[in-house]
Amino acid sequence: MRDTVPSINVRYSIRGLDAFFGDSQSLKGIDFDIRSSQILGIIGPAGSGKTTFLRTLNRLNDLVPDFRAKGQILLDGEDIYRPGYDVIRLRRKVGIVFALPVALPLSVYENVAYGPRAGGVHDRDRLNGMVEAGLKAAFLWDEVKERLDTSALRLSGGQQQRLSLARVLALEPEVVLLDEPCSGLDPISTAKIEEALVDLKNRYTIILVTNNTMQAARVADRTAFFLMGELVEHGETKDMFTAPHDKRTVDYVTGRFG
Amino acid sequence: MRIPPRITQVGAVAVLGAATALTLGILVFIVVFVLQKGIPVVGWRFLLDNPDDMGKAGGIFPTVVASIVLPLLAVLVALPLGVGTAVYLTEYTRETKGTRFIRFGTDCLAGIPSIIFGLFGFIFFVTILRMGWSLLSGGLTLALMILPTIIRTSEEAIKAVPQAYREVSLSLGATRWRTIVKVVLPNALPGILTGVMLGIGRSIGETAAVIFTAGSSLRMPGTVFDSARTMSVHFYILAREGISTENAYGTAAVLILSVLLVNAVAYWLMHRFMARKHA
Repeated sequence: MRDTVPSINVRYSIRGLDAFFGDSQSLKGIDFDIRSSQILGIIGPAGSGKTTFLRTLNRLNDLVPDFRAKGQILLDGEDIYRPGYDVIRLRRKVGIVFALPVALPLSVYENVAYGPRAGGVHDRDRLNGMVEAGLKAAFLWDEVKERLDTSALRLSGGQQQRLSLARVLALEPEVVLLDEPCSGLDPISTAKIEEALVDLKNRYTIILVTNNTMQAARVADRTAFFLMGELVEHGETKDMFTAPHDKRTVDYVTGRFG
Repeated sequence: MRIPPRITQVGAVAVLGAATALTLGILVFIVVFVLQKGIPVVGWRFLLDNPDDMGKAGGIFPTVVASIVLPLLAVLVALPLGVGTAVYLTEYTRETKGTRFIRFGTDCLAGIPSIIFGLFGFIFFVTILRMGWSLLSGGLTLALMILPTIIRTSEEAIKAVPQAYREVSLSLGATRWRTIVKVVLPNALPGILTGVMLGIGRSIGETAAVIFTAGSSLRMPGTVFDSARTMSVHFYILAREGISTENAYGTAAVLILSVLLVNAVAYWLMHRFMARKHA
């Protein structure tokens, strides 16, 4: 059955994706589409392959020596694992925020300007604009605008995590991947990140891996449930939480295991 | 018969404490002994006057200059080579038999007696490349000698840079090279500096390799193509040929103080660097 609603655009098409670290297989036959201008929440217990899946979407697993992927990942119709595909361009288009806040030991300004500079932006006014836009989009501007030149390591954990988001947003990517971005944060910092994500979803495709099932329920438009390397079920978030089809999904979202 | 745990405890503390005290005691004894004999001779005139009568009288100025220039030359050559090798081994290759062999090779190189380096420098730089006894021949020889130290310390420093920094840089669309230049090397700098300082310390005190390659001319060197005598070589010749025991100890005192100074500056630089990074 073809989707005929024109406003639903497919950003990623994943077809028969298997992933391996050495001999152990961590993703098995993943097959689904990710729509643009939405938040996709990915839930599942530890070791279910959520993070591995997320990191295949911008080929960050390539950094692991014995990683192997089979199958197809099409981003806007282009196979990103095709030989000769420009990984640098991919990573500028698909940004990622990691589980633990990582501020580079540079100033706040230089952290956010890092991506644009790497992309060849040297014009001071343009850089200033991109840094400000990134920090504003991550709801961090008001807290740091007076101290852009201080070390980013001085920021709190929650601020550093929004800085990581600002760093990604300054590049004006098309997709933002988030790998349990709130796992180390207090509820107030978490609320700020979630506020930023909901605000951003019209402009970006957001894919949010979370260990906190309620977080997916709060912010995700669609939710996918991973278990032991398999995609068990995916669909509209409200359906996933009220009327899931698979018994394993029922057990997980109601907290009976995981 | 079992020894009661309390006794082994007390025994261990006593033995380990004694070892530490002995080590420290020997160090202090050497420094105090040399300074006590040398300091009376040392003064501005001793440091800044040219030697007279083979070093029997006058100062040691040319040897001070040679002792500064030679390690600097060595570091100038060894630093880019060593850091380059370390970056290649850590960032561009995966752990294979090949890299392990290279590492084994550098470790062996570090253990070769310095007089062998001196002999090699004499045959290769002085004779085959016709550089003669010169600061340049000496500097290149010392560079080879400190290269393993710089490679290994740089490697450790680069490995200690958190992997998360590399991931962030690469995920923001930076190339591997940009990641190395902008993120990895700046963060490895304190460790790399440690290697450099160890190298300088080793070069300042080196005698055997230098006497074969830089020669022992007491004249002030005009260029790097001139022969020169370092403080350690000067000390060796003064003592060995019985020219002047007082001046020998004076030179030794200056040598020891220079090494202390280099180490102090290294610590200061490192702390300043760390403090600024977290400011």
